[in-house]
Amino acid sequence: MTVGVLALQGDFAEHISILRSMRIRIVEVRTPLDLEAVDRLIIPGGESTVISGLLQSSGLWQKICTRVRKKTLPIFGTCAGLILLAKHVTGKNAPQTLQLLDVTVDRNAYGSQIQSFDRKIRLKGASKSLDVAFIRAPKITEIGKGVEVLATSGGNPVLVRQGQLLGATFHSEVTGTPEIHKLFLDAV
Amino acid sequence: MKKRNILGEDLARMLKGGVIMDVVNAKQAVIAEKAGACAVMALERVPSDIRAQGGVARMSDPQLIREIQRAVSIPVMAKVRIGHETEARILEALEIDFIDESEVLTPADPFDHIDKKVFKIPFVCGATNLWEALRRIDEGAAMIRTKGEAGTGNVVEAVRHMKVILSELKSLRSMTPSKLAALAREQRVPLLLLKSVREKQRLPVVTFVAGGIATPADAALLMNLGAEGVFVGSGIFKSSNPAKVARAIVEATVHFKDAKMLAKLSTGLGNAMPGLEIETLQTRMQGR
Repeated sequence: MTVGVLALQGDFAEHISILRSMRIRIVEVRTPLDLEAVDRLIIPGGESTVISGLLQSSGLWQKICTRVRKKTLPIFGTCAGLILLAKHVTGKNAPQTLQLLDVTVDRNAYGSQIQSFDRKIRLKGASKSLDVAFIRAPKITEIGKGVEVLATSGGNPVLVRQGQLLGATFHSEVTGTPEIHKLFLDAV
Repeated sequence: MKKRNILGEDLARMLKGGVIMDVVNAKQAVIAEKAGACAVMALERVPSDIRAQGGVARMSDPQLIREIQRAVSIPVMAKVRIGHETEARILEALEIDFIDESEVLTPADPFDHIDKKVFKIPFVCGATNLWEALRRIDEGAAMIRTKGEAGTGNVVEAVRHMKVILSELKSLRSMTPSKLAALAREQRVPLLLLKSVREKQRLPVVTFVAGGIATPADAALLMNLGAEGVFVGSGIFKSSNPAKVARAIVEATVHFKDAKMLAKLSTGLGNAMPGLEIETLQTRMQGR
């Protein structure tokens, strides 16, 4: 199995380092040709407005949508990655999104950097808590039918799954927490 | 090692592969965001105007900063004078996302930089070499940028500083423990920090380049040298077609290895900002 990490902008190196520690074969995805070589895709954290524009100009946008519809491309999106997967995005100057995951996401819902925070979260049914970081994070404000909530924090869903799509409002890659990546590779 | 601003370092990670653009009003900020800036630097005058007009350059008016914060959804940074703790407290009260303790403004303290660890907002600082970078990191900087020579449209100093840092990192590898300890003392850098940098062969925080980047090719040149992202000051809004130049620099920073793409991106951009030879400068900001 080869996992693609979208390497247009953001913390793709942190995702790659987690996958390397799990001995997973990875490809940095910048072009439609790169995408052909991968079985799964991670859309990292970064600025969603930036990545949205670069997905369009690189020609990756259509290719990703087509493969998701054919169910041949499971995707894990963190923070900006979740925003790009979401059907609806609220908040100022929201970017165009792929509209694949049936949730509404409010960008920068906690405020500016001073409201960023570290937190322990627990996956539903798990006993172990995981260290993650919320960096200028979004909030999931509405959830469509068929979307499963896998973790909450402060009463809000922070990790959701719909079919082959997994989305997190937080970053587990910057804290060196491999469990969410494992979940993506094993169960999605 | 003392505690550093971890959440700030994480925000810096989210900026990687991106372009941070200087803007002097909300209208420019919107153009920058639409063109794909990963953050904007809010300031009253771009470095080339500070250079041309002279006088003391200070923190921007909070009203200007608030207007820019209201206009965009991407992170907003702003500059304070080197050592000016009060300007930094003011920016913190404005809930800015990142503070740039910058040599582009007139230094306020002839002895010390700001003690950055006591702030809740992360700082980015300039450096011309490894030692300067490590001292700033020890003071709490969450991100480093090369200084280059701001406001010149001349990329030579940014290239110099990037190459100097890389070669100094490399030279650490062959050093004996006693030489390393002596160097740490001489350069006022904690030995533990120096040892970890030697082993990892990189700075412990995200490292961007700044100072003189004016074209998509400049940005790609520095990304190829190992920069993790780019600050563009005067290069965008002093060019004849800011929106197009901004977009092209964003694309070039991502696709920096793809020469065919760079050829396309460099085509028909109009006039780049007028440049300056380093030898003719009255003020070298990098020495601050």
